[in-house]
Amino acid sequence: MTRAGCPGIVVDKLTLRFGDRTIFETLDLTITGGEFVVLLGTSGVGKSSLLKILAGLATPSGGTVRASDGRPLAGRIAYMGQTDLLYPWLTVQQNVMLGSRLRGEKADAERALHLLQRVGLGERAKALPGELSGGMRQRTAIARTLYEDRPIVLMDEPFSALDTLTRARIQELAAELLEGRTALLITHDPFEACRLGHHLVVLSGHPATLGAPILVPGRPPRAPDDPHLLETQGHLMRVLTEHETE
Amino acid sequence: MMQQILRPFITLAGLILLWWALTAFTSLPPYMLPSPVAVARALVAQRETLLGATATTFAEIILGLFCGTILGAALALGMVFSPLLQRWLMPLLLLSQAIPVFALAPLLVLWFGFGMASKVVMAVLVIFFPVTASFFDGLRRADRGWLDLARTMDASPWAILRHVRLYAALPAFGSGLRVATAIAPIGAIIGEWVGSSAGLGYVMMNANARIQTDVMFSALTILSVMAILLWVIVDRVLKRVLYWAPETTGGP
Repeated sequence: MTRAGCPGIVVDKLTLRFGDRTIFETLDLTITGGEFVVLLGTSGVGKSSLLKILAGLATPSGGTVRASDGRPLAGRIAYMGQTDLLYPWLTVQQNVMLGSRLRGEKADAERALHLLQRVGLGERAKALPGELSGGMRQRTAIARTLYEDRPIVLMDEPFSALDTLTRARIQELAAELLEGRTALLITHDPFEACRLGHHLVVLSGHPATLGAPILVPGRPPRAPDDPHLLETQGHLMRVLTEHETE
Repeated sequence: MMQQILRPFITLAGLILLWWALTAFTSLPPYMLPSPVAVARALVAQRETLLGATATTFAEIILGLFCGTILGAALALGMVFSPLLQRWLMPLLLLSQAIPVFALAPLLVLWFGFGMASKVVMAVLVIFFPVTASFFDGLRRADRGWLDLARTMDASPWAILRHVRLYAALPAFGSGLRVATAIAPIGAIIGEWVGSSAGLGYVMMNANARIQTDVMFSALTILSVMAILLWVIVDRVLKRVLYWAPETTGGP
């Protein structure tokens, strides 16, 4: 599903303050349309706040965020949170079609079922989220994101609650299904960043600043033993630990 | 499963046995503590009076529970919608609970008469507060992430209330309704004590005046059975409605 027309994101002099505490100041970031960019940083550095601003869920203290085609971002973003955020009172299929329900539109049950089949959950459409494993729940969340069919996908550490092997499988699935869309994933895991991102950006320091984009050679999702991945991961570990001890 | 059903009956049988032993082996006069046999006899002898009284009290409780739950839920929804309403209403709600319903009972009978209305109002006064308090709390405490997700899907505030907050608050609403059901008989019975011509409370007041303690006990028995049955039914219905909110206790 390649979508040449996906808009990029332009972040211009973004500033966020809580009282007299500055989280970040005059951040500039450009994400090219159709690219998978990973924003890496330690906990508490302001990654989630940045993503919430991009998603329109929080207001910055200064600066602007816009799509590269000049039109507003609102209505063109799908969001995945730190947990799967499935509504426990809706079935798996109803959760996938949540957007239609909330906007009062007619739900497309056939498409929802098709998407569930693509994430390997066609058989569980009628199940409640409570009956699913963590990996299955996260796959439902991916199907829900795809159902929204937005050109830009923002992800806030969506895989952090999964065990290592499940996480690896879900990462591959996400990378495969989101290919062609503009995606921004934030994570604290250098390995995840190196597997999934075309470009990586490190957010670090107090107030936080963005490092120069790091390009990982090869197409994501990269194999866990890919030499480029291992090299970049080592480099990232060094950068992140240096910033920690500052 | 069998044990779950049997256990309350074993407890009950034990209590009745103890009660019977107390009356049989002590010289307590029957007007202080009638024996279980005497109470059973009174139950049969007075069955027509008791049946009518039970129907009245039952109707008062059910009406009170129905109106109280609707009022309680409406107040909670109103306060979630409008912070202004919340600021003005909260002190009033607390005031309504600060004055004991016992103290209000004579006034309510004066205003709403000796009939059913004053008892229903009293029951509503007792019932609405736990419903409002729990439901309001549940509505306010909807998971931040659920709300964020709904907002990124361009949901209107109304859609978020209807499709997210309302469902998220249902388990809390259920807890409030359980408490309300358990205390619902209080309002009705107090109302009947203070002034009435029907109902189990009226039967008890009359029997008390005539020192017919066995009749008092039979009315009390009916009242307890009714209260427990009502609670069990509400609990079962809530469990069925909230099938998606599993209880996490009971397991390891």
